[in-house]
Amino acid sequence: MIARTVNVVNVSERRRTLTFLERIYLPEVMRGLRVTVRHFCVNLWRHTLRAIGMKSVQPGAVTFQYPEVRRPAGERLRSLHRLTQRPDGTPRCVACMMCETVCPAFCIEIVADEVPDPNIEKRPKSFDIDIGRCVFCGYCVEACPEDAIRMDTGITEIGSYSRRAMVLDIDTLLALKSAEENAGKPVDFLQKLLVS
Amino acid sequence: MLTTIAISAAIATSIFVVLFVLSLAGILTWVERKQSAIMQDRIGANRAKIFGLRLWGLFHIIADAVKMFTKEDFIPNTQHRFLFSIAPVLSIFFALLTFAVIPFGNQITIGGHSIPLQVANLNVGILYIFAMMSVAVYGVVLAGWSSNNNYALLGGIRATAQMISYEITIGLTLVGVIMIYQSLSLMEIVRAQGGLLFGFLPAWGIFYQPVGFILFLVAGIAETKRIPFDIPEGESEIIGFFLEYSSMKFGMFMFTDFIETILISSLLTTFFFGGWQVPYLADAGFVFPWGSSWDMSIWVVEGLRVISFIVKVCFFCWLLMLIRWTLPRFRFDQLMNLGWKVLLPLSLVNTLVTAGLVLWLS
Repeated sequence: MIARTVNVVNVSERRRTLTFLERIYLPEVMRGLRVTVRHFCVNLWRHTLRAIGMKSVQPGAVTFQYPEVRRPAGERLRSLHRLTQRPDGTPRCVACMMCETVCPAFCIEIVADEVPDPNIEKRPKSFDIDIGRCVFCGYCVEACPEDAIRMDTGITEIGSYSRRAMVLDIDTLLALKSAEENAGKPVDFLQKLLVS
Repeated sequence: MLTTIAISAAIATSIFVVLFVLSLAGILTWVERKQSAIMQDRIGANRAKIFGLRLWGLFHIIADAVKMFTKEDFIPNTQHRFLFSIAPVLSIFFALLTFAVIPFGNQITIGGHSIPLQVANLNVGILYIFAMMSVAVYGVVLAGWSSNNNYALLGGIRATAQMISYEITIGLTLVGVIMIYQSLSLMEIVRAQGGLLFGFLPAWGIFYQPVGFILFLVAGIAETKRIPFDIPEGESEIIGFFLEYSSMKFGMFMFTDFIETILISSLLTTFFFGGWQVPYLADAGFVFPWGSSWDMSIWVVEGLRVISFIVKVCFFCWLLMLIRWTLPRFRFDQLMNLGWKVLLPLSLVNTLVTAGLVLWLS
């Protein structure tokens, strides 16, 4: 026989008798209405004040008017990838293949090329990420020894009309900027890059 | 005597009432979304645009109407196709007909004839309202029956039981009102609420029948199947009687919901809040209790009265919307319990006490 622990809840303790005022229900209705009327009046007041120009008042709603305004995302949100650049504009990536090796979805394809400078040795001739296959795990960012790939563009609106167009090449990836620079941009600017 | 003035008065008042009610019902769809949004710290629907103008989401009314018209009109595999098609018509027809006896102003004198601002000046207006509200049950029961669906039938039966249970409370509460105002005609009842009580309070029905007001409010919300009494509609929790309806037939049922909201608001203002009466406003102008007066032409007075009626109806619509978005739903047995075991005895006691007081004070 296996001993089992059973949670015993005493129902009579949970279900107490209602007071007279609670049973006639109308005072409870009034309490509920007080809460909602308070929300109504306060929010309406704030909406009115902001509509006539006083933007310093707290907003009357918690809604983010997407797509005009993006919801603020956490610092560590893993959004669309980008390749970082050295101060002279060349990509930091040295085509070491660490990210391609660690990627669990096999979505990175790198073709390496030689560089005359012995401190740098290699550069990527082509660097393709198939965003359709990517699982946004962030392993490539963790694996990279050069801080060449980051997932901090803040772009989460990734959609396309074809799978072909979801494969981002090195020029696209180098051109993407960080989240602070993408913050004010309208949400559909990536669509111009992704539409086939 | 059907003079030209009488005919044109009837046509003009009917057009006014129909336009007022239907516009207000349309606007109520917007008010429902916006008011519930503001109460819930949201913004609500604000994306429908015409020529780039959003107007706080008012165009969603038109968008909803267009959506209703262009959806597929599906008639299920039932033998009662005529009943299926006519049920929403019955619902909305009798809801709209009730507005014929509700006065929205006093009277206008044109060419020696005085025209009461009421579509039909019946001297048995209250009986007419009872009749129309009773026949409105047909729309619901036919919808449930002709849908050829067990669950819709059960929903229709639930709705019918609820409506006829709460009609009794409405009737008994209005008996109290009739006893006080000694008349069944709504225009007379509103005119009788024009005086002053204790010298400074307007003599509105709520001061004579406070308990009756609460009872009528609760029974009215239950009669028109609004939350917290909307078990027949259910909306995602339980199957309602309009399950098989789509497109404009369903739109008619939804519209009936809003029209009945306006109906209950109008009845509440007529019986308990003075109807078209503005406090301290007589035919010649304002007469304040502290002595001063302010003369106005009769047209301004009538305009103010019509505006006051509209304002009061809008206030009650707002209140009903508020109650809708605040309270949780009653279970069906709790609902029937309330109707028969709580409201009916209370309204009987209210009637007895009112009768006693009327006899004692006369």
